[in-house]
Amino acid sequence: MAALIELAYLAAAALFIIGLKRMASPATARAGNFLSAVGMLIAIVGTLLDRHIVSFQWIVVGGAIGSGLGLWMARAVRMTAMPQMVGILNGFGGGASQLVGAAEWHRLMQPGALLPLDTAVSIYMSTLIGGVTFAGSMVAAGKLQEIVPGRPVLFPFQHLFNLVLFLGGAAMGMYLLISPGRPEVFAAMNVAALLLGVLLVIPIGGADMPVVICLLNSYSGLAAATTGFVISNHGLIISGALVGASGIILTQIMCRAMNRSFTNVLFGGFGAAIAASGGSGGRGAAPRGVRETSAEEAALLLGYARSVIVVPGYGLAVAQAQHQVRELADLLEKRGVEVKYAIHPVAGRMPGHMNVLLAEANVPYPKLFDMEQINPAFEWTDVALVVGANDVVNPAARNTPNSPIYGMPILDVDKARHVIFLKRSLNPGFAGIDNELFYNEKTFMLFGNARDSLMKLVQEVKNV
Amino acid sequence: MEELIVALTVFVLAVFVGFEVIAKVPPLLHTPLMSGANAISGITLVGALVAAGAQATLLTTVLGFLAVAFATVNVVGGFLVTHRMLSMFRRKH
Repeated sequence: MAALIELAYLAAAALFIIGLKRMASPATARAGNFLSAVGMLIAIVGTLLDRHIVSFQWIVVGGAIGSGLGLWMARAVRMTAMPQMVGILNGFGGGASQLVGAAEWHRLMQPGALLPLDTAVSIYMSTLIGGVTFAGSMVAAGKLQEIVPGRPVLFPFQHLFNLVLFLGGAAMGMYLLISPGRPEVFAAMNVAALLLGVLLVIPIGGADMPVVICLLNSYSGLAAATTGFVISNHGLIISGALVGASGIILTQIMCRAMNRSFTNVLFGGFGAAIAASGGSGGRGAAPRGVRETSAEEAALLLGYARSVIVVPGYGLAVAQAQHQVRELADLLEKRGVEVKYAIHPVAGRMPGHMNVLLAEANVPYPKLFDMEQINPAFEWTDVALVVGANDVVNPAARNTPNSPIYGMPILDVDKARHVIFLKRSLNPGFAGIDNELFYNEKTFMLFGNARDSLMKLVQEVKNV
Repeated sequence: MEELIVALTVFVLAVFVGFEVIAKVPPLLHTPLMSGANAISGITLVGALVAAGAQATLLTTVLGFLAVAFATVNVVGGFLVTHRMLSMFRRKH
């Protein structure tokens, strides 16, 4: 029987790997997700056959509560709130790891007896990583939902304090190794982990939360893997390692796209540094000539173009204008204009977020292109229509070595024949840096709320 | 200790498999990838089930019960929301 259960975990891990592999294409991704879910079911059924499980009442109640909450969240969440949703789910995963670690510690702890070193260390790791993931994820989700202040919360000696907290937790762990049977010390260690999770995330600004969510995604995997070490289960170790690797890759991608180093995000107190450098950067510059345009003129430009690339930024999602942009694209396509979308990695609030928002608005995915794919195409494009994006198209990232965004990969919008910016005002984006593209002679500025402007454009294109 | 070495070996090899597999996922699908991977990390449920059902002490049962609830939110919410997102990705409309 025990061998059969082990085989169930092996099957589950294999299905997870195949499931993730199928995520490589939108055509197979749904089937992949289904395979992963089947893998999970196999692991659960295998576990329920475990001879150690003698009572099912708490399992049924806990499972029912969790399923109900999970079902409700998955149905109710708006696509714009997906980063918070993933954050909260990360948190629950981490919390579960901490709780399992704690339960194991209390089960194994006998008065006067010493825990084996490897078991003890595994339990401490599982409660530490789990606790940090739980508390950190909840703070990150709170910042994204704007329940917790999004600005970086800084206080003197913050990093030193975090270090002391971490070392304090480690010291408590070591004390427990030589002096077991002290539940209050174990409890204090768990509280230290939770506090550390909160303190590691509060100094990071709301704009950098995408990186934090990716990192916590990785932690939730590591937490699951450490739980695997605690209960000696290779299925958990493999699954946790896969998720840990996934989170690390996404964290790297986001860091690169935001032009930040990993350590800078973690220890930089980061949103704060940008705000400070931005103040001296752009706002003071003397106003230069911009060419303001009307919806009528912009519609002519779009209507008679052969090719248009739409560049959506988060401003588009804030204005809830995804449907209007798709409507405009449909009209243009009917006129024979080729329309594509250029998606910068940080166009949304988490990796791939903008793609989901546009897919929700029924934009077919073959029209969505990522940065590397689309950049060579701008040169041959008649009009680049930039909606609610700024920093990700700012040529200063290529040309101005002293700019804070220098080196950041951008969409080469300036290479298109014409550029139309839909923008509220000339205000710089959140990095606070002026954009020379506004003053370029091929640029037309259409001021106003993105949604209103797009509706006017739709109207005018119909009249062209 | 020998068991730990075997476990570490499995862990390190799985991390490499993870890097290989995930690197092939296009940016188009990074959000559903994250929520889907998230659901997979809910595999902690396996440990939670044993903790909640073994009836060692009242405290471990309560901790296990909470762990089951947490991990189930992770699993059910993660897989369903991933399915919901992936259903939106269409080749044509």
